[in-house]
Amino acid sequence: MSNTTIVPFGPQHPVLPEPIHLDLELDDERVVRALPSIGYVHRGLELLAERYDFVEMANVAERICGICSFIHGQGYCQGIEQLMGVEIPPRAAYLRTVWAEISRIQSHVLWLGLAADALGYESLFQHSWRIREMMVDIIEETTGGRVIFGVCKVGGIRKDVDDETLRDVRRRIGEIRAAFDEIATIFRDDPTVRQRTVGVGLLSAADAHALGAVGPVLRASGVVHDTRRLGYAAYGELDWEPIVEQDGDCYARCLVRVREVDQSFDLITQCLDRMPAGEVEISVKGKRPKGEAMFRLEQPRGEVCYYISADGKKNLDRFRVRTPTFANIAPLIHMLKGCELADVPVIVLTIDPCVSCNER
Amino acid sequence: MSWSVGPISALVTRSALAKPATRLYPVERRTPYARTRGHIEFRIDDCNFCTICAHKCPTLAIQVHKQDKTWAIDHSRCILCGICVEDCREGCITLSPLPCPPMRAKEVLSFRQEHEAPTVKVAAPAIER
Repeated sequence: MSNTTIVPFGPQHPVLPEPIHLDLELDDERVVRALPSIGYVHRGLELLAERYDFVEMANVAERICGICSFIHGQGYCQGIEQLMGVEIPPRAAYLRTVWAEISRIQSHVLWLGLAADALGYESLFQHSWRIREMMVDIIEETTGGRVIFGVCKVGGIRKDVDDETLRDVRRRIGEIRAAFDEIATIFRDDPTVRQRTVGVGLLSAADAHALGAVGPVLRASGVVHDTRRLGYAAYGELDWEPIVEQDGDCYARCLVRVREVDQSFDLITQCLDRMPAGEVEISVKGKRPKGEAMFRLEQPRGEVCYYISADGKKNLDRFRVRTPTFANIAPLIHMLKGCELADVPVIVLTIDPCVSCNER
Repeated sequence: MSWSVGPISALVTRSALAKPATRLYPVERRTPYARTRGHIEFRIDDCNFCTICAHKCPTLAIQVHKQDKTWAIDHSRCILCGICVEDCREGCITLSPLPCPPMRAKEVLSFRQEHEAPTVKVAAPAIER
């Protein structure tokens, strides 16, 4: 007879920001096996695409997730544009890139705060969110919303941002970067952070690749893979390299995100320096999407895939999203095997689970 | 051990001496940005009841009756996308940067051309698309 205990972890758990449920099979304090179950926050947003006009659906697509909201809207619009054979003006592509990077920064800094909280480091959590708030203010100033940007539309963006605001954004980005550098040092060097994360939740490069990990989880295991390298929006014209760490533990995943925030500041600065003038949208009046399209984007959490099928009607036939959290659940189960019960929250958090996005 | 404990102590000391990063919210409020989508404002005088706003509204928050000359908005359904503002030809719908004051019930703000002040009634059950 086996001598194991099953402990339910989640969906409501003090340390989890998202409702994921894991059945942990424990041998003493060590995890032998973890069984995930998902589906607690299903909202049926994909089905709405079959009822809504494809232009209005951009509003719904943005509401798939509250943190990577802009990138979902961008992915949906780019998929439809690809189906219709529309090329958006360069200024719109650059502005989309700026907002995508701003949302990457706020998402990563939010995650760093939550990770600090999971480690029991409350002051670092508060400082991370203080910095995130500065980023959210920029989002509000340039788009009008704090969570839902509402600026992406099929054919470009809805409202141009004037050059004076962009100059102000550039100046503030510099200030936020200096403030972020202070907490970045803590995440890199602080003994509390390192003691809880170094060597915990190991995932080798071969396992990460075989289990289909995406985003920072994959890059922290030493695999060079970033969907932004496809060169969508303005990424093809910017100078950057994917951030990669070799160790594959929780500390490496934390470092990848810290370094990506820095890289995003750099990408925003590059975009603002090269911002082309001109129109921000192209009219798609009278055009209807027809055919099938598959589109990939890099979200803060990793690669997201969109499948769009349309029949030339005002509604889409099918809209499907494969979110990064779903891809990262299999690697998570692998990482949990053999870890201590006390390390489970930290490991679960390092994949940056976004269950609302995952279940739509 | 080469790990440093300096960074957090410096940050904590500075935070203890500096002004708080937060505000005393209801008393002290930040000036909203010009672009902030706070709430929808409507002026009945210029409205010609063309019903475009009601048709374009993705959440069916706006209801317009051409015969009765009434225009109504359910703020609890409005998602502040601003589509009605962009599509209104008469310019009578505007986005105010101030947030909508809290509601005690799901109320519909209804305007009628002859009346000066809008009337408020509790919202009818949601309309199915």
